[in-house]
Amino acid sequence: MKFLPLVWANLRRKRVRTVFTLLSILVAFLLFGYLGAVSNAFNIGVQIAGVDRLVLTHKVSIILPLPLSYLDRIEQVPGVTEVAHASWFGGIYQDPKNFFAQMAVDPELYLKLYPEFLIPEAQKKAWMEDRTGAICGRYLADKYHWKIGDRIPLVASVWQKKDGSNTWEFTLDGIYDGATTSTDVTQFLFHYKYLDESRVRRNGMVGWYIIRIAHPDQAPQIADKIDALFANSDNETKTSTEKAFMQGFAKQVGNIGAIITSILSVVFFVILLVAGNTMMQSVRERVTELAVLKTVGFSNGLILTLVLCESVMIAAIGGILGLGLARFLIGFGDPTRGALPIFYMPPESAILGAVFVVLLGLATGTIPAIQAMRLQVVQSLRRG
Amino acid sequence: MPQATASQSQEQANAAEQAGALVRVREVHKVYTRGSERIDVLQGVDLDVPRGDYVALMGPSGSGKTTLLNLLAGLDRPSGGSVQVGDDRIDKMSEGELARWRSHHVGFVFQLYNLLPTLTAERNVELPLLLTSLSASDRKRHVAAALKIVGLDDRGRHYPRQLSGGQEQRVAIARAIVGDPTLLLCDEPTGDLDRKSEEEILDLLTALNRDHGKTIVMVTHNPHAAQRARRIVYLNKGQLQSESIQ
Repeated sequence: MKFLPLVWANLRRKRVRTVFTLLSILVAFLLFGYLGAVSNAFNIGVQIAGVDRLVLTHKVSIILPLPLSYLDRIEQVPGVTEVAHASWFGGIYQDPKNFFAQMAVDPELYLKLYPEFLIPEAQKKAWMEDRTGAICGRYLADKYHWKIGDRIPLVASVWQKKDGSNTWEFTLDGIYDGATTSTDVTQFLFHYKYLDESRVRRNGMVGWYIIRIAHPDQAPQIADKIDALFANSDNETKTSTEKAFMQGFAKQVGNIGAIITSILSVVFFVILLVAGNTMMQSVRERVTELAVLKTVGFSNGLILTLVLCESVMIAAIGGILGLGLARFLIGFGDPTRGALPIFYMPPESAILGAVFVVLLGLATGTIPAIQAMRLQVVQSLRRG
Repeated sequence: MPQATASQSQEQANAAEQAGALVRVREVHKVYTRGSERIDVLQGVDLDVPRGDYVALMGPSGSGKTTLLNLLAGLDRPSGGSVQVGDDRIDKMSEGELARWRSHHVGFVFQLYNLLPTLTAERNVELPLLLTSLSASDRKRHVAAALKIVGLDDRGRHYPRQLSGGQEQRVAIARAIVGDPTLLLCDEPTGDLDRKSEEEILDLLTALNRDHGKTIVMVTHNPHAAQRARRIVYLNKGQLQSESIQ
């Protein structure tokens, strides 16, 4: 600590240069933090996928429906403990930009499969008893300022009602919270019965099935058994783990993780050169001063440490400000207004950021620190 | 001013040794090579500096004065011979040992002051104390005392750019003495100063020697400055040529 004023004084030597270096590091870590949240948002489905859950879809495409009658047969497969189904609704709330997932489900079966959706018992009971009732995640309720009892109209793009209308009205009976920050709190769920009894076509069909199994290590065998049940039928199935299912979804957008990693690699490489050059220049400029410190009795090791502390301090200030700014901006929520509903800085990003801060500081400071350490006092004083 | 011959110088050294010389330089050689060229900067120099002495090293440019001073400070190593300060054979020490030794035993004053421009006078003076186990308050007390000795106790918060050349050199002297070193080594301490500041610095060095018992070795080109020392040692072509006692 007693050497801190010395390190700090060196950073203030060329203030403009230090500020620009700090800004470049800040921008790098701002990108790191923000893009980390984007990547996380894209992959969140994969991360939160239950290890004991399988997803069964039509073998040809997820958009093709499956008979509701499959439910009983799936339940009979050894190793299967619970089954639920869901059907995509795809309605529009006020404006097509207001995109969020709406699904018709069997409330009891679905909530059993997703215990991470936390909903008060009274609200759950109200929903069960209300055929046109719906529940939504906290994110949606906050975003659209919905409260219990609100009537929410959705204009269906696919499902026409028997009365010829495309407008489906729901009563909001409950708002669920997530058990963890990564739980999806952006869903809008309503009764499958309401959909199935009111729509004009595809009655008795569902979108996909979610299956809980007793032993996750038996997932491949159980999936094969289930798919074998429906082989050679009109509606053949494809069963996969929820993780694989979500990965498939994410890949449709592209390998976001790889794209972001590439961008950040380039950014950090450039920053490494910028900050490294700054440190080299800084050491070159004060060869005499370093020689004076050695004359006073500062050891080579101490000189090395001081220069490293300087570079780590620059990286730390820039990095912490960058990550802090990223967190601040992430706080404004999904930048796409709907495509990335679960948008936050995961703790791993912050930890990794802190590690990168130290690594960047050490990487940019190592060569100048070694140069400073190796300075010969007599030659350096003569040069000065 | 009585002039001493080389044999008288030897007698002086012997006398100094008997009296317990603080610095003993024996048969010191220093050779530099520049490409294929060999430069014998010091050629078998013997020198004794008794504790409390004030020695001026004089000689023409390239005579080896500063090289000898650097050897006494442990900033450079002799190519041959021995350098002993107190009980320490500093020519045998490793880099780390030398650094530690310098922090305890040497105060160095440069011609161009060499204060760190980003630190205040106080912080500059404090530098050697950062290597000790003194608490912050003790360091502050020592710094204040050193600045008072050099007459700059009211300039502690000033940066070097806010001080005159003479004041900067006084801060440098405060930095050199703050750790109470065994040896105060000055390389042309008045070489960059006007006449008035030069006098002030020379007065200060005299006072440090006379009143505080500091052992001083000063390299200078300036005969006027050299006359303030108790002894003047003349070097020429890397050899001790003569010695005079004030």
